[in-house]
Amino acid sequence: MPFPTEVFLFLVLIATGFMVARATNLFAAAMLTGVFSLTSACLFTVMDAVDVAFTEAAVGGGFSTVLFLGALALTSRTEKKQPAKLYPFIIVLLTGIALIIGMINLKPYGDHNAPIHNHVTEKIKQKEWAAVKRSTRPDRQTATATPHDKAVGLPNIVTSILGSYRGYDTLGETGVIFTAGVGVMLLLMGRRRDDEEPGGAGSSEAPSHDQEPAPDELEPSGIANEPTAADVQTDEEPLS
Amino acid sequence: MKKPMRMREIVVLRVVSRVLMPYIMLFGLYVQFHGDFGPGGGFQAGVIFSAALILYGIIFGLDAVQRVFTPFAVELCMALGLLLYAGTGLVSFYKNMNYLDYDVFGSHGQHYGILLIEGGVGITVASTVLMIFYAFAGRWRVSQ
Repeated sequence: MPFPTEVFLFLVLIATGFMVARATNLFAAAMLTGVFSLTSACLFTVMDAVDVAFTEAAVGGGFSTVLFLGALALTSRTEKKQPAKLYPFIIVLLTGIALIIGMINLKPYGDHNAPIHNHVTEKIKQKEWAAVKRSTRPDRQTATATPHDKAVGLPNIVTSILGSYRGYDTLGETGVIFTAGVGVMLLLMGRRRDDEEPGGAGSSEAPSHDQEPAPDELEPSGIANEPTAADVQTDEEPLS
Repeated sequence: MKKPMRMREIVVLRVVSRVLMPYIMLFGLYVQFHGDFGPGGGFQAGVIFSAALILYGIIFGLDAVQRVFTPFAVELCMALGLLLYAGTGLVSFYKNMNYLDYDVFGSHGQHYGILLIEGGVGITVASTVLMIFYAFAGRWRVSQ
């Protein structure tokens, strides 16, 4: 009986979402987002999307939580009390209503007549299964391969589709990940590089509109809370 | 909070993380190379592999990880993975085939091609995740 499991997981998901929104302790909120990710990973597993669940558990449950904790180490642990505002609530409400309206035309969950099961996917599935059967059971040669039904032939169809049928998309995705990494490096690591390599190539990006920094002063004095290179070298504690 | 204790001084964390680390990395490699047969692939494998290093970095400090995986090498790997993927596609140009047509690699070409590109994805994802962690963790030290 898969239906009650999914309902239960959805209820846990909704409850966790509310708790994240209500939590004023940011550490608890960061941990609850990890719980949210793990619950949705369970949900994806129940829905037979194991690859998606895997990614959700690894990235959402693991890496994002580490990043949240990293951001938390830079700020305070509790959220400032803010008065409840009507304007954001209306935006959220409208977005939710729009999502529900968009959902009305979808087929019910698990419906075999849904378009996703009836177009290209079915053809690819048949072709790939035939190829896998040919390669794993050569003794049961039911049909010889013709150039028409040339297939990738991997047992995991998800990998076949991602790697071969949608190879360009995956290349683009890898490029997106690379670009994201480069963006984070540019945002967070630029000044640090100046500290470690005095007179390096990056030293020209120091903001020097209002005042010209002295040659021995590596840090622009306009930015508060930025320590000198000596502080960086001595203080080693990763999580205070 | 009153008495700050470094994580590497807590025996349980130190021992457990040391014991777990090789198995997490091994599991990452398993996910990488078993992606053809079961759930997984380069993306998940990269995240899992770097999760082991991030665990090590959180507990033993950033310097301990950066001694093995220097920021320069990680930067290099970020680009290397993407180039491996894109370069795999270029091979098929030699035989007048389409870009990223793995049939250049012979009768089992699809397998080899997917292995190569998954390797590229894994290298890029692992090093990018590690690099983002380095960028964030470098800031923690600044904020004492």
